[in-house]
Amino acid sequence: MLTLLGLYNYWIVIILMMIGFYVVIARPNLIKKIVGLFIFQTSVFILFISMAKVEGGTAPIVEAGVVSYSNPLPHVLILTAIVVGVATTALGLALVVRIREAYGTINEDEIYTQDEEA
Amino acid sequence: MLAPHLPALQVAVPLVSAPVCLLLRNPRHAWAFTLMVSGAVLAIAVLLLQRVFAEGTVAYAMGAWAAPWGIEYRVDMAGALMVLIVASIGAVVMPFACKSVRHELPESCIGLFYTCYLLSLTGLLGIVVTGDAFNLFVFLEISSLSSYVLISLGATRRALTAAYQYLVMGTIGATFILIGVGLLYMMTGTLNMLDLSQRLPAVADTRTIQVAFAFITVGVSLKLALFPLHLWLPNAYAYAPSVVSAFIAATATKVGVYVLLRLFFTVFGAQFSFGAMHVGDILMVLAAAAMLVASLVAVFQDNVKRMLAYSSVAQIGYIILGVSLASAAGVSAGMLHLFNHALIKGALFLVMGCIFLRLGSVDLRDMSGLAKRMPLTMAAFVVAGLSLIGVPLTTGFVSKWSLVDAALIDGRWPLAGLILVSSLIALVYVWRVVETVYFQPVAARMRGVREAPAAMLIPTWVLIAGNLYFGIDASLPSGMARRGAETLLGLAGQ
Repeated sequence: MLTLLGLYNYWIVIILMMIGFYVVIARPNLIKKIVGLFIFQTSVFILFISMAKVEGGTAPIVEAGVVSYSNPLPHVLILTAIVVGVATTALGLALVVRIREAYGTINEDEIYTQDEEA
Repeated sequence: MLAPHLPALQVAVPLVSAPVCLLLRNPRHAWAFTLMVSGAVLAIAVLLLQRVFAEGTVAYAMGAWAAPWGIEYRVDMAGALMVLIVASIGAVVMPFACKSVRHELPESCIGLFYTCYLLSLTGLLGIVVTGDAFNLFVFLEISSLSSYVLISLGATRRALTAAYQYLVMGTIGATFILIGVGLLYMMTGTLNMLDLSQRLPAVADTRTIQVAFAFITVGVSLKLALFPLHLWLPNAYAYAPSVVSAFIAATATKVGVYVLLRLFFTVFGAQFSFGAMHVGDILMVLAAAAMLVASLVAVFQDNVKRMLAYSSVAQIGYIILGVSLASAAGVSAGMLHLFNHALIKGALFLVMGCIFLRLGSVDLRDMSGLAKRMPLTMAAFVVAGLSLIGVPLTTGFVSKWSLVDAALIDGRWPLAGLILVSSLIALVYVWRVVETVYFQPVAARMRGVREAPAAMLIPTWVLIAGNLYFGIDASLPSGMARRGAETLLGLAGQ
């Protein structure tokens, strides 16, 4: 039981991941979908950051008397992944702007009916 | 002087060219520059291939940081074959692009179009040459993000929704891969693929590695549009600009298959992937379903580009079927079909570009009697269509034959029958087009429609010539596919 609670970081990862995934699938609003997608990606960032933590370790800056450091590599990886995530979100929102100009709506169902009628 | 740096140049040249292209802006200059870069990329690919032929696997430490700490680029025979496919399709498509892109895109977008194209090329080449699992994710996103933009530039507004749908599904796929890579790193502490393959067996029995494997399999399957995760593909191919359809159809999903091969065989190892996790059985069922269902759906499409897109889903089924056998014969047949399908679909989508330029539509109902007006273009369609069906003397026959052969070696004769049935369905949908354009009266709207310009016909026929040449003498691609498969399966004593 205690170990289950002790791993609360991973519970947060899973909860965020499911929230994001659900929003992507279930919401017809295109902007909400993009936000859901970003939450989904964020949960993975936390997964990487959590695994970098070494028990009793400090920030990876060399200092006298410190022997245990957290692993800095996942942080660096996630810095890259955050950039990718921001780029994806920006591109997705830009596409929504263009879709709104072309269809006059950002509701997936309405876009679908418009495409079917055409 | 530059020879030792070929693997890095393969990626760096198009990457650095992209911002330069952005600065050029003038459509003509941007096109000429991109054409030059595509030629250079092909030259590097050929040199790299020669080196792999001569020396075996080429390893390159990026920035001279030794693996597994630094990022390693690693090109073996399977990688060299993929680099050759991507680079040559890029080089063939570019001469075609000049007129087609000017016709389909507003003037202000053309410079940006070529920038995105170069980035997409960078990403695809990077995925193939890298030997680092996280680097692979980054290149995957470079190629995906730029292809979302390329697709959204299509003529109709449906291109926008197609690009949006692809963006959502592609990002989910890429994030799944990222989760998998993270879990692998958690258990092994390394991201280098070779290093991973050595450390994984010790922890292979843990739930974490099994979950990582599942995430990666689903993520990559989304990227390569394996049935039933193919939903983004038909619209993306159908509504993208013609050049983009040809380029992406011939390269992007193929590179996805390569990622699958690399991860299953090199990183996880065939014993774990196919022995412990039974992924072969799952892939085989899905591949068989793709071959039947997608082919059947293709028969009922009126938009010919959409029809070809569904046919692509079916063809990916063939490739994955070869992979799922996990035997040297199966994997090499799959890789051979991968090469051949790039030639076939590249040619078919270029034909669609020619038709769209002159007719302004790729709807079958607008095409009746088109062969009278565009005989060379439609002849190209017929040859590529025959290759798609798998008629002897075309490349399609060679790879389907080896697939049937591989299935029979394994004693799986129902699969061989399935390949034949699916090919017969391909005959139906190709025939629908042929019947309309050759045997129906010339429609009224054909007035003024004439043959496509030489700048577009020549690249199309270059690919058709490839289809015929490699259909008669398949020793180059099949030799590479065989050696590639042996390297992947660890059979070759190199």
